[in-house]
Amino acid sequence: MTMKLSEMSAGSKVVIETICHPFLSTKLTEMGMLSGTELELLYKAPLGDPIAIRVKGFTVCLRLDEAKYIHVDSL
Amino acid sequence: MKIALFGNPNTGKSSIFNLLTGLRQQVGNFPGVTVERKSGVFQIEDVKYTVTDFPGIYSIYPHSKDEEVVYKVITNRKNKDYPDLAIVVVDSSNLERNLLLFTQLQDLKIPLILVLNMGDIASKKGIEIDLEALKSAFPSIELVSMNARIGFGKDRLIRAIQQHTFQTSSEIFLPGQFPLSMEDEEGQKEEANQRYHKINGLIQKIVKQKPEIEKYTSSKLDRILTHPIFGYLIFIGVLFVIFQFIFSLANYPMDWIELFFMKLSEWTSAALPSGILNKLLSQGLIPGIGGVTVFIPQIALLFFFIAILEESGYLSRVVFIMDKIMRPFGLNGKSIVPLMSGIACAIPGIMATRTIADWKERLITIIVTPLMSCSARIPVYTLLIALVIPKTYIGGIISLQGIVLFGLYTLGIVAALGLSILLKLIIKQKKTGFLIMELPDLKNPRWGTIFQTVLEKVKIFVWDAGKVILAISIILWALASYGPQGSMEQKIKNTKSSTLFKESNKMDQANYIASAKLEGSYIGHLGKLIEPIIKPLGYDWKMGVSLLSSFAAREVFVGSLATIYAIHDDSASKQRLISRLKAAKNSEGQSAYTLASGCSLMVFYVFAMQCMATLAVVKRETNSWKWPLIQLLVMGTMAYLSAFLVFQILQ
Repeated sequence: MTMKLSEMSAGSKVVIETICHPFLSTKLTEMGMLSGTELELLYKAPLGDPIAIRVKGFTVCLRLDEAKYIHVDSL
Repeated sequence: MKIALFGNPNTGKSSIFNLLTGLRQQVGNFPGVTVERKSGVFQIEDVKYTVTDFPGIYSIYPHSKDEEVVYKVITNRKNKDYPDLAIVVVDSSNLERNLLLFTQLQDLKIPLILVLNMGDIASKKGIEIDLEALKSAFPSIELVSMNARIGFGKDRLIRAIQQHTFQTSSEIFLPGQFPLSMEDEEGQKEEANQRYHKINGLIQKIVKQKPEIEKYTSSKLDRILTHPIFGYLIFIGVLFVIFQFIFSLANYPMDWIELFFMKLSEWTSAALPSGILNKLLSQGLIPGIGGVTVFIPQIALLFFFIAILEESGYLSRVVFIMDKIMRPFGLNGKSIVPLMSGIACAIPGIMATRTIADWKERLITIIVTPLMSCSARIPVYTLLIALVIPKTYIGGIISLQGIVLFGLYTLGIVAALGLSILLKLIIKQKKTGFLIMELPDLKNPRWGTIFQTVLEKVKIFVWDAGKVILAISIILWALASYGPQGSMEQKIKNTKSSTLFKESNKMDQANYIASAKLEGSYIGHLGKLIEPIIKPLGYDWKMGVSLLSSFAAREVFVGSLATIYAIHDDSASKQRLISRLKAAKNSEGQSAYTLASGCSLMVFYVFAMQCMATLAVVKRETNSWKWPLIQLLVMGTMAYLSAFLVFQILQ
């Protein structure tokens, strides 16, 4: 079932389905986040935004405004 | 020979740059943009190498204005920064992602050295790299393993540079059209996908990972640093410590520098034959250089702390917890550091905005930072408060003077945030700001890098902003020392013939002459010229003169008032200055410093851009005079209107 990364809770492990934002998807693809890549939502900032995700051995922070374009599927 | 350093962010690129060049570094901008261009030189035997450290990127395709620099240099062989050799630094613990950029550079046919850095971190994570397999995947590439943090592998890198044939590799990693245009986002994404597909195939042969360590648990420290309560408490604590250090430590060297330049100009004035050269040196140039130098302790200290926060990785945690709070104001989590620095001095704050990748957010931060009440406003505030605010205590404990001072600081903060919101609506930008930022692992900062940063920032300030500051101080000096034909002489004559002068002692006489000279000078005339404009704010021409001369730096206001009211400016005479000011009458014979005019002046100083050094730094950081001039105008208008309102209401 497809969900948005912005709607996940801390600790969830998911796999990227698509990133539907032209500019964002290029940038994230170049950072190694391809369709099928596994990621883990590590923790959220105190106000729930931004979020920290672990992907391919590094930690990235994303705003919810960015995470909502990342469609994910449960592992 | 031109060598370029490329790599992803946080791969230790700058450590390698420092290892190669040591202190022979220069920091400037790439032509036309405010992207830091760090270059340095080193020599092996008779060959001189120039190394340029390029901004950290994940791919050659740019996603921000700053990243365009790299694309433009490496896709154009005629560009003057086009390298003869490129060193690609990769993080061994993250080979897969790092190889994307590497394969792109290989396909651009640039001669390459691949540096496998941070092997220690990789082994901690249980990652093993099969060097033979890597070599066979890229047979024509020179490969060097390093641990740049501790200087390990430097000799091998130098040998690799020395022995390099500067031949481009004939291998092509990904056949097809390459490089694509900057605008072809869809194609770039497709290319990245294909490259990763191939890289993945290689990685399985090259990287061996022990499965039991693969699982990542985010560190406990990280959870505390980003905790809803402890996270903010720790941040406030860190800020508190930094400001304690700055206010308790920076004052000593600042006093020494002031004293030194005062003595130097006294000495020069006595040692040289009197004349225009003597005056220019002792009253214009030397105090001007002093005016630049006096900022160095604050800049150095603030950057010392900012560099520690940045090097350790803590700063990105601060950004993480502050981003949501700053965003409604059109600011970025990273804006918090410049704004906080602004309470000590806006200059290092504005210089620290380079870390903000988004141009709009960076610009707003630059524009509003000078509204934070800096330490140079303290002497102005305290003088005016002592002058017009009664020393009463509300309910016997809360000092009214203290409340006013607190109010002035708050006013500055509120104005900064308010202006941010306004600018957020006005400034247009094609691409919306993104935060996407790596949170690097927390680590101990390296002192070498920190001192390099401090040195670099001080150098930038002294050379780039120093020129402007020096020029303006000489202009201000000339305006205060010369006047229209015969004007100064006339004023001095009038003073000398007054009974007050004849009855005074020698020191007071000298003060009266200094005051008369200032009145007769160009700046005195300017003060009178602007009197009709500043009258609605409650100021007379004497305040006008002090306002004009304090453009050099806000604290000059006090000294300038002292001169014009014929009081020698030193700490012992502060009380005399206050009583003289209290008795001062304006041209209509009323008290000049009333509650209304005093508060009007305070509010004026909260808002007005009375600091040429900040303007010079804004010019450097935005690469044009447009923004500092807009800033001068906007802050000037805010100052004028609010001072007008305050005076008219309180009068």
